[in-house]
Amino acid sequence: MPVHNNNDGGPWGDTPEDTANDSPARGGAESGPRNPNPWGEAPPRRAPGPRPTGTRDIDDLLRRGQEKLRTSFGGDGNGDNPVGDFFGGNAWLWALGAIIAVWVVATSFYRVDAQERGVVLRFGRFVGVTDPGLQFKAPWPVDTVILSKVEQINSVDIGATEGSAENLMVTGDQNIINLAYAVRWKIKNPELFLFELAEPEQTVREVGESAMRAEISKATLNDAIGPQRAQIAELVRERMQEILDSYRSGIEVRGVDIKQADPPAAVDDAFKDVSAAQQDAQQYLNQSRAYAQQLLASAQGAAAAFEAVYAQYKLAPEVTRKRMYFETMESVLSKVDKTVVETGGVQTYLPLPEVRRRAASAEPSAVDAASNSASGKSGQ
Amino acid sequence: MSLFRNPIVWAIGAFTLIVVAMGTLYTVHETQQVVVLRLGKPERIVNAYDPKAPFGTSGAGLVAKVPFIENTIFVDKRVLNLDMEQQTVLTTDQLRLVVDAFARFRITDPLRMVQTVGTEQNLNDALRRILASKMRNELGKQPFAALLSPERTAMMDDIQTTVNRQAKQYGAEIIDVRIKRADLPSGAPLESAFLRMRSARQQEAATIRAQGLKQAQLVRADADAQAASTYAGSFGKDPQFYAFYRAMQAYRTTFTDQSSTVVMSPNNEFLREFEGRQTNR
Repeated sequence: MPVHNNNDGGPWGDTPEDTANDSPARGGAESGPRNPNPWGEAPPRRAPGPRPTGTRDIDDLLRRGQEKLRTSFGGDGNGDNPVGDFFGGNAWLWALGAIIAVWVVATSFYRVDAQERGVVLRFGRFVGVTDPGLQFKAPWPVDTVILSKVEQINSVDIGATEGSAENLMVTGDQNIINLAYAVRWKIKNPELFLFELAEPEQTVREVGESAMRAEISKATLNDAIGPQRAQIAELVRERMQEILDSYRSGIEVRGVDIKQADPPAAVDDAFKDVSAAQQDAQQYLNQSRAYAQQLLASAQGAAAAFEAVYAQYKLAPEVTRKRMYFETMESVLSKVDKTVVETGGVQTYLPLPEVRRRAASAEPSAVDAASNSASGKSGQ
Repeated sequence: MSLFRNPIVWAIGAFTLIVVAMGTLYTVHETQQVVVLRLGKPERIVNAYDPKAPFGTSGAGLVAKVPFIENTIFVDKRVLNLDMEQQTVLTTDQLRLVVDAFARFRITDPLRMVQTVGTEQNLNDALRRILASKMRNELGKQPFAALLSPERTAMMDDIQTTVNRQAKQYGAEIIDVRIKRADLPSGAPLESAFLRMRSARQQEAATIRAQGLKQAQLVRADADAQAASTYAGSFGKDPQFYAFYRAMQAYRTTFTDQSSTVVMSPNNEFLREFEGRQTNR
């Protein structure tokens, strides 16, 4: 308010003293609550210094006009009027309007992602399901949206593939099996899923466990461990779907994966021994087959060789026979020590016991055989 | 001064309106059903369970009541979970079995539920007790094998029907009763089952090995027979020549080292020619 201070009287005709007291009050009132108003350029902003009276009058007129617009009280000159604070409420209304506008805009649009569907509730009442994209609804708290991921495939693991925790089940032949599997499921119908089941996750888990045990209780241990695993998994899936449908759960079971179907750790050794036994049996068979192949091949080889020689022998029996005899003798006798004895009873000629011993072991029989065959031949 | 009071009156008016609205209006979610009591006397049920009514038509949403006179009790409308504790059942063949069962139920008559047990938690407890005793009774009448067999389904249906009759008195409906697990208790029964399994496997392993040996033996014998037949078919053409031929081969393989000494008579055929003698022939 320097303008007022510099003048000898305010435009409202107050005494200078009054003006001096008044101005800070007015200044407080104006710079405080009035500044945020849309007409924020308040008189205090005016440059200090003397002004032409005419200008001042025009200013005053403007200000009065503004105050008239601004208030329902009309522009009285009473600067320290406490009601002046209330005129600022006009601005509050604007702010409130702005907040409401922001709120409406912010809570009326929502985004549904590709894998989601939006379930719209009006004061808790189901009104519809919206597809992916930018969607519009009535602002909160009228409408609320629950986004539910209908495309997402969830997985529930039952039993553990590692660690000591075993998921033991009794099979139809009263054996025990350690089973670990996973159930894959997704939301088929978002409103059923949201409104029908109190605990969907737990329901899937329990239904899965129940269905698996029911199927395992029909199968034998060997089936469950071995070839029928896939078939059992499929049966479990069907059964789960049946049960979940009977709950109107809105859940679709996509698949059941048996990750592990083993005998319990306590009997694992015995089971391993069975497969070891199968390997052993296979090994015995392989060894005997190898023997058979060798034996047959050598028999066929020997037979073929004999037949080839025999074919030649038949062409010239006497000569071939002699030739073979001499060739053999030549080859044999060229390698060994030879002693030729003219008459019988000459064992004393043999020089060393060693020779005798050696002669006693193998050779005589061979010599006998040779001489036998020779005599046999000569007998012919 | 009336101008001054105006906003205050407004504020009071708005406040009153909000209080009345809050006392009058309430929202009912699709998953809830509401019992409205007028001064304690049951008046009506909002969004009551009706299997045929699709969502959005059963009465959920913004609902009005008479403020301060009527009050509301919210009851779940969904399928609820009844999880039973594990219990040991003695079967007729004296085997112990640990049974873990669960049930699913729904409150179909919330008013009756409120009147008989008051809260959902009490209902849950009551149903669990009924189910547990029923289950123990029924399963105790069965042999062990029956609990594993497909007949089990029929048995569970029986249990469900009986329990359902009682559940109706509480305004609830049992949708499903299932045995989650039926296991041998840990300790001696489980150990003996393991022992049985182990011995069965040992027997299997021994059988497999013996069968393998037997097959191997058969294969060998078969090969021996075939080889013999091959030899016979070939050598049988001239047994005498074969004997000679084979003897020649035997000499060659027998006298292979120089340590052998052969004592020969000059009369020997091999040496006969030394002296220029003629053979017998």
